[in-house]
Amino acid sequence: MSFMPVILWSDALVFMLLASGVVCAWYIRQHEHLLLPWRRVAQSSTAMRSLLVLSLFLIVGLLDTLHYRVALPEKNAGETVYSPEVLSAFDKLVTQLRTQTEKTYSAPLAITLYAKESITDKQGNVIRDYPRLRYGGAHLPDIQQRDGDVLWRALLGAAVGLMIGLMIAFGSRRWLSQRDLPLRPLLITMLTISAFLGMLVNLAAAYHVLGTDKVGQDVLYLALKSIRTGLIIGTVTTLVTLPLALLLGIAAGYLRGWVDDVIQYVYTVLSSIPSVLLIAAAVLMMQVAIDTHPHWFDNSASRADLRLVFLCLILGVTSWTGLCRLLRGETLKLREMEYIQAAQAFGVSSMRILTRHIMPNVMHIVLISLVMDFSGLVLAEAVLSYVGVGVDPSMISFGTMINGARLELGREPMVWWALAAAFGFMLVLVLAANLFADAVRDAFDPRLNRTTVVA
Amino acid sequence: MIAYLIRRILYALPILIGVNLLTFTLFFVVNTPDDMARMQLGIKRVTPEAIEKWKQQRGYDKPLLLNSAASGTDKITDTVFWQKSASMFALDFGYSDDGRSIGREIATRMGPSLAIALPTFLIGLMAYVSFALLLTLFRATGLDMAGVALCVLLMSVSGLFYIIGGQFVVSKLWHLVPISGYDGGMGGFKFVVLPIVIGVMGSVGSSSRWYRTIFLEEIGKDYVRTARAKGLSELAVLFRHVLKNAMIPILTGVVVVIPLLFMGSLLTESFFGIPGLGSYTIDAINAQDFSVVRAMVFLGSLLYIFGLILTDISYTIVDPRVRLS
Repeated sequence: MSFMPVILWSDALVFMLLASGVVCAWYIRQHEHLLLPWRRVAQSSTAMRSLLVLSLFLIVGLLDTLHYRVALPEKNAGETVYSPEVLSAFDKLVTQLRTQTEKTYSAPLAITLYAKESITDKQGNVIRDYPRLRYGGAHLPDIQQRDGDVLWRALLGAAVGLMIGLMIAFGSRRWLSQRDLPLRPLLITMLTISAFLGMLVNLAAAYHVLGTDKVGQDVLYLALKSIRTGLIIGTVTTLVTLPLALLLGIAAGYLRGWVDDVIQYVYTVLSSIPSVLLIAAAVLMMQVAIDTHPHWFDNSASRADLRLVFLCLILGVTSWTGLCRLLRGETLKLREMEYIQAAQAFGVSSMRILTRHIMPNVMHIVLISLVMDFSGLVLAEAVLSYVGVGVDPSMISFGTMINGARLELGREPMVWWALAAAFGFMLVLVLAANLFADAVRDAFDPRLNRTTVVA
Repeated sequence: MIAYLIRRILYALPILIGVNLLTFTLFFVVNTPDDMARMQLGIKRVTPEAIEKWKQQRGYDKPLLLNSAASGTDKITDTVFWQKSASMFALDFGYSDDGRSIGREIATRMGPSLAIALPTFLIGLMAYVSFALLLTLFRATGLDMAGVALCVLLMSVSGLFYIIGGQFVVSKLWHLVPISGYDGGMGGFKFVVLPIVIGVMGSVGSSSRWYRTIFLEEIGKDYVRTARAKGLSELAVLFRHVLKNAMIPILTGVVVVIPLLFMGSLLTESFFGIPGLGSYTIDAINAQDFSVVRAMVFLGSLLYIFGLILTDISYTIVDPRVRLS
């Protein structure tokens, strides 16, 4: 089956971000003094554990970023026609989850629908009962066998997962032991995760682990797809924030005078508008522009995607002011330092002073504020989507999941799993990000005095 | 002090003008009134006459910035900018799309907003500061570690969860208070108590942790050592010295939001059906009523700037060394 790779706007930005991340990592590896704080991060067991969890999310998000369109079997005058549906490598990986949709709601691990329906039994009588699911537990002849089967599958999956985890640990033992890492906690976390994943995979092969939603979509699939949206909001936004804050903040602090006045004026104006309102206003305007120009987009995926990119842009434009203020203050302080004055006395050009002496010395602020902002942005997406100024309603995200499911608690009998899944996944992601951000801040903040010096 | 205040207010003017120009650009230049009309009337099958009529009814048919057809001062005043945007400086917010006066809506909706936001703010402030002081008192012990861990956990939970979960448990399962609604006077108590509790819960994690950091920074200073050497008990040191000296950073973060309390909370109000400014804004966003959103943006920044001035004044109250001049 042939396919055509599709690079959406957000994909391109993610690749750009990834590339710059790799370049930064390579640069840091070359410089021992830059590596030092990262070593401190690596020594913290909380940081490494949360990094492990984060990297799982990251893998899902990245796989979900490799988009393509499948070629349709029929050809149009010799030319291959591609399906309008944009899929991703992740969709391909979990095809089963994506395509095995039920009729409507079903509880987690259930093998029948959630509500009774009139069904015709073998004798031709019409009875009211819970109909069996099309896919969930379809291999079981008898309803009673479910509990045993679930338990057996869970145990088997956990055992296999544990085995694979042990094998990975064994395979990488030499690489790991050469590094100064908290091995024991790392190992425990990794084995827990692999056992859990094995369990999940084995159960998901036969059941809807987190149930299905109103239209019968697997909730686990929705939750996993939401990860990419959350990650993109949390990271691509920094692509906008960073250059704005860095350039303007340093320029204001170093050049002072009218430049400082203008930049200060701009960020005071922006920050004086309550951010939700500013975002709402900008998103509303974007909506009008998108709705009045439908010819801009060739399919609904690219429209939803462009809206996501715009949302990141807007979030970036509204959130650079805090970092800019911090950088301005730090630059004001730095430019009075003796080594900068010495450089000025030697006749070093302003440009070179900025890039050689000031920029490296404010980088820790930039890094700390970026990792700290990430979790806030992921949480903000859910709120904005609820308010109606978030991502496109057709895009799967934590916000749209919560928004679609929030009235289901009021149903009789209530449907709780979609909400629980969205909140649960979000909690894990944000908690891991918060813990990691704390470790990064502790390692990079020069105000914290450290007694341990790493050679 | 008076001279200082006058100067601050004069400084605030250019910022408000900036906000005004920004919203004007967003709402009238990026998307022309024609786009908005098309949006409101439905994208397809809309006649130019219908657009013209829609614009005329709302006064958007005038030139944007300069009316060259008019004479005298009308050249400037008979424009969209003057009548829709600049008029906000006189607190004249115009009319919403359903024809109601936005100014009057704001005045009537302020009360319910405040009934939720003010208690949330006060109770929250006391709760966070006390919790942070408790953690500071037991710093570097297991209690402190557990408290910080709890804070990190609480701040990782989405704010929507507190609202949806709280409504579900307290109202639906336990039937303690009605799920949503509002009533003026004492009868309204049962409606506001849950939103207040949830509002306080919502930022317990981040706020307590922030206050704890402030207190810990103060506690390492020399005057604290002196106070201890003098033989003061740890509690007396905390309350009489550390709390007082930590007031400046606390006020910096806190006083700014006091005027913004009028705006209410978007989420809480819409979930609990409270007829305040927050739900007004959400309704306007959903109905794409741009004049209301514009009015709220302007009102929000006006209140924010007022909050900044209040912050400066509050410094003089807690710190006698600060003189405004």
